[in-house]
Amino acid sequence: MITALWIMIALAALLGMILGYASIRFRVEGNPLAEKIDAVLPQTQCGQCGYPGCKPYADAIAKGEADINLCPPGGEEGIHKLAELLGVEFKPFGENAQPKPKAVAFIDEQTCIGCTLCIQACPVDAIAGAAKQMHTIIASECTGCELCVPPCPVDCISMVPIEEQLTNWKWRYPVFKLRQTS
Amino acid sequence: MTRLHSFHGGIHPLTHKKESTQSPIMSAPLPAQLIVPFRQHAGEAAKPVVQVGEYVLKGQLIGEPVGMISSSVHAPTSGTITAIEMQQIAHPSALPDLCATLVPDGKDEWGVRQPLSYRQLSSDELQKHLRRCGIVGLGGAAFPSDMKLSHPVVVNTLVINGAECEPYITCDDMLMRERAEGIVRGIEILRHALGTDSVLIGIEDNKPQAIAAMQRAVDDSSHPFKVVAVPTLYPGGSAKHLIKVLTGVEVPSGKLPTDVGVQCYNVATAYTVHRAVEHGEPLVSRIVTVTGNVEQPRNYEALIGTPFSELVALSVPKADTNRYIMGGPMMGVELPAVNVPLVKASNCVIAASDALFPPPPAPMPCIRCTRCAQVCPVELQPQELYWFAQSHNFGKAQEYDLFDCIECGACAYVCPSNIPLVQYYRYAKSEIRARDLEKRAADLARERHEFRQFRIEREKQEKAERLAQKERAAAEAKAATAATVVATQVDPTADADDTQQMRIDAALARAKEQAAAAMPKNTEALTPEQRAEIEAIEARRAHIHELAADAGADDEPPKHSQGN
Repeated sequence: MITALWIMIALAALLGMILGYASIRFRVEGNPLAEKIDAVLPQTQCGQCGYPGCKPYADAIAKGEADINLCPPGGEEGIHKLAELLGVEFKPFGENAQPKPKAVAFIDEQTCIGCTLCIQACPVDAIAGAAKQMHTIIASECTGCELCVPPCPVDCISMVPIEEQLTNWKWRYPVFKLRQTS
Repeated sequence: MTRLHSFHGGIHPLTHKKESTQSPIMSAPLPAQLIVPFRQHAGEAAKPVVQVGEYVLKGQLIGEPVGMISSSVHAPTSGTITAIEMQQIAHPSALPDLCATLVPDGKDEWGVRQPLSYRQLSSDELQKHLRRCGIVGLGGAAFPSDMKLSHPVVVNTLVINGAECEPYITCDDMLMRERAEGIVRGIEILRHALGTDSVLIGIEDNKPQAIAAMQRAVDDSSHPFKVVAVPTLYPGGSAKHLIKVLTGVEVPSGKLPTDVGVQCYNVATAYTVHRAVEHGEPLVSRIVTVTGNVEQPRNYEALIGTPFSELVALSVPKADTNRYIMGGPMMGVELPAVNVPLVKASNCVIAASDALFPPPPAPMPCIRCTRCAQVCPVELQPQELYWFAQSHNFGKAQEYDLFDCIECGACAYVCPSNIPLVQYYRYAKSEIRARDLEKRAADLARERHEFRQFRIEREKQEKAERLAQKERAAAEAKAATAATVVATQVDPTADADDTQQMRIDAALARAKEQAAAAMPKNTEALTPEQRAEIEAIEARRAHIHELAADAGADDEPPKHSQGN
């Protein structure tokens, strides 16, 4: 009886030590859930969610501080993905957070005074230019976050929706006309 | 006799090839204007190198290739470029693309043609020549032919595709019947460039005249090519399937034929290679079948850029024709309008009517009979793919190898529920591609955002370091001054704060001196009256300042009034 007890205690101590060592040895850096959420987010870094970028929003979701329906650029599909990832119910967008068609910023080079305010605002360094030199958007890098629009003192930045072209055209989902049968 | 192999599935639709093979190839007359798109090939669109209003000769380069996978575009005849603008092209989206409009002068005058002797050419030089001549695969995909020579893999077998398995299309059949010699010469050039000995020419056995003509041409040329009649079975003309039938080698999923030592060219491509090398003619025309609901179905040799409406008019469409299909009835796409131009990939145009192609009955639910799986030449599970595509479950569709689907339409052909399966697959494929691009863009944005944050952090640190360094330097200087002060015994009681104050005072004095030196120049040479006036103004100003100061300590005058 006593022997069995001792064996159990020894085992518990041994396993405890192994687990304790493993938790130090194989510690996971960062929050893996937040990283998974970050991978689903569209990386526009627009701050429409109220957080200063996609990563902070992902952290907030992972901690349970933020809702999953705060990211308009991700669209409804983004919410679906987040809901699936987190195992929660789908939640529609709120009134003032509706997704907009994708767009890229455009600088009217005639009006630009070269103040660099937009360059400082751009979260992905997609604006080229220098002080008192004309600025321009690197369209392929622009995420369409609109953060450069408010700081511009001469309102020379506009958001141009991305038009459908041959290069980004997609086949449509097949739809069929139903015929009336009396 | 070559032993033939077989592939899984396949169907036997009615071929309808007899109609358009009754009369020989006819040269289509010069149209009133040609519309030449700059994107006629897989990959990047060509870049225009001509100006509006410029006179061009036949075969003159008007669009040069951009990037790796791209090809050249040439003027199909001599004339004047009247516009370079967005115009509707033969694409199911009906979206416009950049095209050059060429008004022919009627002379059809060739520019400089540079025939080459292929035996003295290295594979590299030939590749460059084909790129210059705008040679692309004429089987339908329009993949730049030069790219197929650049693969650094050893090719053991060259397969020449004359199968032409899709119903109605007969352009390759007629080409082989009438121009077999040119094709064989083209094959010899490709064989030379690839450095292979074994050449297999696969032709479906429903084209006995083409087989005979090709055999005759091969015999005359004394090249050891093998003309092989392959069983008629759709889609036996798909490159991977023809390779399987001829060599028994299956090209694995996601691999290229060159990965298994085989390269495949279409017969029409071989012919254009011959024209390009031995006559120096770039690709400016092709054979196209006009068939279906027309009075005189036949093949035309037409210039690239000829509006389809002109070709169709030559064959006289019947009254009830209501739409046109480019390509065959299985894989072709409906033309958005009949006046769009012929491109390098256009092998056939079918006039369609409701009588010829009755509208399909409404699709019924899938009953999972798996007849589609029985005919699928790629051995996929079309019923599963359909299930995933229609429920937007793209990850699962990819797991079931959606991208191996060649969109041949055999599954939809046999489907008892009339489900347009290929439309679902095309939808799923383009959605997956778009998502891939989005994902890549998101990854790039994340990377750039993270780097920006890192950069801002680094700049902050550098600034702090610089500041710290300055402070250190200042402290050292101070220590040095203190030491001299101690050494000269001028003021032994001076503590650190006093030295600081002294330095500030000295800096202020320097600043005052500088301000005095920078006096405005227009006040240097003044008359006494002007000086008096200025003094009066200054006095008034001082008075106003005094008044303002008296008005209240907390109610300071606005800043700009001081400057006035």
